[in-house]
Amino acid sequence: MGNYIKLIVLGLIALFALIAANYARDLAYLVNAVTVALAAAALFVWTLRRTDEPVPNIDLSGEYMDGVVRAGVIATALWGVVGFLVGVTIAFQLAFPALNFEWAQGYLNFGKLRPLHTSAVIFAFGGNALIATSFYVVQRTSAARLWGGNLAWFVFWGFQLMIVLAATGYILGATQSKEYAEPEWYVDWWLTIVWVAYFAVFVGTIVKRKEPHIYVANWFYLSFIITVAMLHIVNNLSIPVSIFGSKSVQVFAGVQDAMTQWWYGHNAVGFFLTAGFLGMMYYFVPKQAERPVFSYKLSIIHFWALIFIYIWAGPHHLHYTALPDWASTLGMVFSIVLWMPSWGGMINGLMTLSGAWDKLRTDPIIRMMVISVGFYGMSTFEGPMMSIRAVNSLSHYTDWTIGHVHSGALGWNGMITFGALYFLVPRLWNRERLYSLSLVSWHFWLATIGIILYAASMWVTGIMEGLMWREVDANGFLVNSFADTVAAKFPMYVVRGLGGVLYLAGGIIMCYNLWMTVRRSPAVEATNQMVPAE
Amino acid sequence: MAQQPKKKQDVDTTGHEWDGIQEYNNPLPRWWLWIFYATIVWGIWYTIAYPAWPGIKNATAGYLGFSTRGQVAEEIAEFEAKLEPINAKLVAADLNEIRGNDELESYAVNAGAAVYRTWCAQCHGSGAAGAVGYPNLQDDAWLWGGSMEEIHYTVSHGIRNEEDPDAHWSQMPAFGADELLTEEEVQQVVNYVMSLSPVNPPVDASLVEAGAEVYEINCAACHGENAMGDKFQGAPNLSDAIWLYGGDYDSIYETVWNSRFGVMPPMGGAELTEAEIRAVTTYVHQLGGGQAPE
Repeated sequence: MGNYIKLIVLGLIALFALIAANYARDLAYLVNAVTVALAAAALFVWTLRRTDEPVPNIDLSGEYMDGVVRAGVIATALWGVVGFLVGVTIAFQLAFPALNFEWAQGYLNFGKLRPLHTSAVIFAFGGNALIATSFYVVQRTSAARLWGGNLAWFVFWGFQLMIVLAATGYILGATQSKEYAEPEWYVDWWLTIVWVAYFAVFVGTIVKRKEPHIYVANWFYLSFIITVAMLHIVNNLSIPVSIFGSKSVQVFAGVQDAMTQWWYGHNAVGFFLTAGFLGMMYYFVPKQAERPVFSYKLSIIHFWALIFIYIWAGPHHLHYTALPDWASTLGMVFSIVLWMPSWGGMINGLMTLSGAWDKLRTDPIIRMMVISVGFYGMSTFEGPMMSIRAVNSLSHYTDWTIGHVHSGALGWNGMITFGALYFLVPRLWNRERLYSLSLVSWHFWLATIGIILYAASMWVTGIMEGLMWREVDANGFLVNSFADTVAAKFPMYVVRGLGGVLYLAGGIIMCYNLWMTVRRSPAVEATNQMVPAE
Repeated sequence: MAQQPKKKQDVDTTGHEWDGIQEYNNPLPRWWLWIFYATIVWGIWYTIAYPAWPGIKNATAGYLGFSTRGQVAEEIAEFEAKLEPINAKLVAADLNEIRGNDELESYAVNAGAAVYRTWCAQCHGSGAAGAVGYPNLQDDAWLWGGSMEEIHYTVSHGIRNEEDPDAHWSQMPAFGADELLTEEEVQQVVNYVMSLSPVNPPVDASLVEAGAEVYEINCAACHGENAMGDKFQGAPNLSDAIWLYGGDYDSIYETVWNSRFGVMPPMGGAELTEAEIRAVTTYVHQLGGGQAPE
């Protein structure tokens, strides 16, 4: 019976999507509508083939639901490489503008590829990593199978559909022009549905947990899921111009729109890339180090301080703009008070390793996690510093910001994710160990050197261009034209591109290593039986 | 050290365990806590000193009287006060006497270079060598004249723009697109024009003679009998080696067929002060091609 309802719904979705495609007012909308129709049709056929077939009656309630985590791990690794590749491409497009090929104008030039890169790495790579690890961690630390049956699969595939719709939309010109919130209204609506399902699966699993307490990693994951839902809905409040077109108009205008955007943008960093990934850190670091977490008290205090303070820090993106001074001051003050709460996570991560420092020599995965936490500490110091108005007047609009973001994204988010993937793959595919630890070492060094080249070149070029922009002669006249500053950045742009190549190479080596682990490593008995609560 | 730090083994765990993970009951690191407190205390002070707390209609102003707009205005006012005497002298001077007056010329060239980098370099290039469609300002060719007064007029009012009714204005007809000439006649005149310039020889020399006749009737009124151009109409000299839109067959064909419509915005009025316009005029004049008044 359930399958018949599903078939009707899927058939209607495919039909309406085709009608929408027929009346489409722009190319991006047309392609997205056809994509939705194809996805619904494929699911229709898949469901039809299973309808009225005998279902083998296997009791899975004593096992963790790991299939969706495996799919998430694969998606994370693949989207990661795609995102890094687009990043390397646009890095070289900046250094060598001729790479914005004439034949690709309007599709593959820098302006189109840049949001593709940021969305691919943050949402496709980072988002899949967060969903996959949160599903893994919440089951293990709650001693409960994921709530909601196949709802977790809906979250996974719904999220992939969102990524494909957003990415093809960017290339074909559908964008809200809001940084990190580029997808147009229908993609936003779809993501809202998927996210509510994600929230339901996560909270449902916590509710039916068999452990008396909720583990700290789950606090962080939960705060990430709830806050991202709130940020996403408010920042994407817009009115479609037509239900058959991709264009929509924001409900906020002017500085209110800018403030909403950076309230969203900064907390996308705070809750997506910080709180969510701290959840990852709090599980995988103690597991890999086989040591207890350093301080329970610190984890409570820094968790509440972090989520309370982070949400107010957004205005530091709008210093010296139309934003009133009072809002800019508050944004700066909250950013600086945020420094220690951020470092609480670093302390707990690093001190968990005390007593296990010798593992740094033998275990490249631990090394990856340590350097990740190190970059986390560095970025969360650099961020408050750059929020100071006087520093910001030099750093804002320069490549320093790009360097800051990447030391956080490549160093912290990237490295902790790689560590988690190396931890997960042997366990999820029931392998004795990774295919090659020396390839993990190669990955570690390529990525680390890549990040250093990237961050150092962007610091140099950012500070240089900030100083060149503000340089005035004795009479108060500007010394440099904008073109002079662009020309001066060329060598650093090349170094940055090379750093990206190294990082990408590390990612490809990781994919090979994980693939060979599944193919070649000796198998062991499955470990996804639920552990009884202590 | 007064107190030995506890060894790890002495600290208890909280007694909880999740999937094998335990937690130590370590206290908050002292240095961490004190820096956290210090940032909070500093933050409270900072919000009293600077504009911070919003009320219903406005926000607290802070006892230091700081505002970002005030900060910028202060910096600008400082330079403006300092430059006021020399700017006044520059505006009062006869345009033709600025060059040659050591004090004014050296100030105007430096100030003008800065104005140029901010307002002109986007089109004419940071070295003023121009680009396709944007004239080179270093050579002797001037579409609208190269004396101080003529450059000053062009900078102030611009060329073929909607904003300034006094802008330079002229328009070449689109001889092909508007069917003023046949395709054959366009081919003839393009070959003739190529024969005038030393850059490229005509593609088909047999058409040059017929082209001369087409030129005589259609082009000579603006570009002149001898093709030397006319600065009062912004008509380029066709006999020299300088081609704003390219001197090859295809480019000239395109120019004759569709015509060209180069636009320059006016810099007078809102954009630049009179002193800044005079400064950039002087800068451009001394680049190499500046002409004496007639």
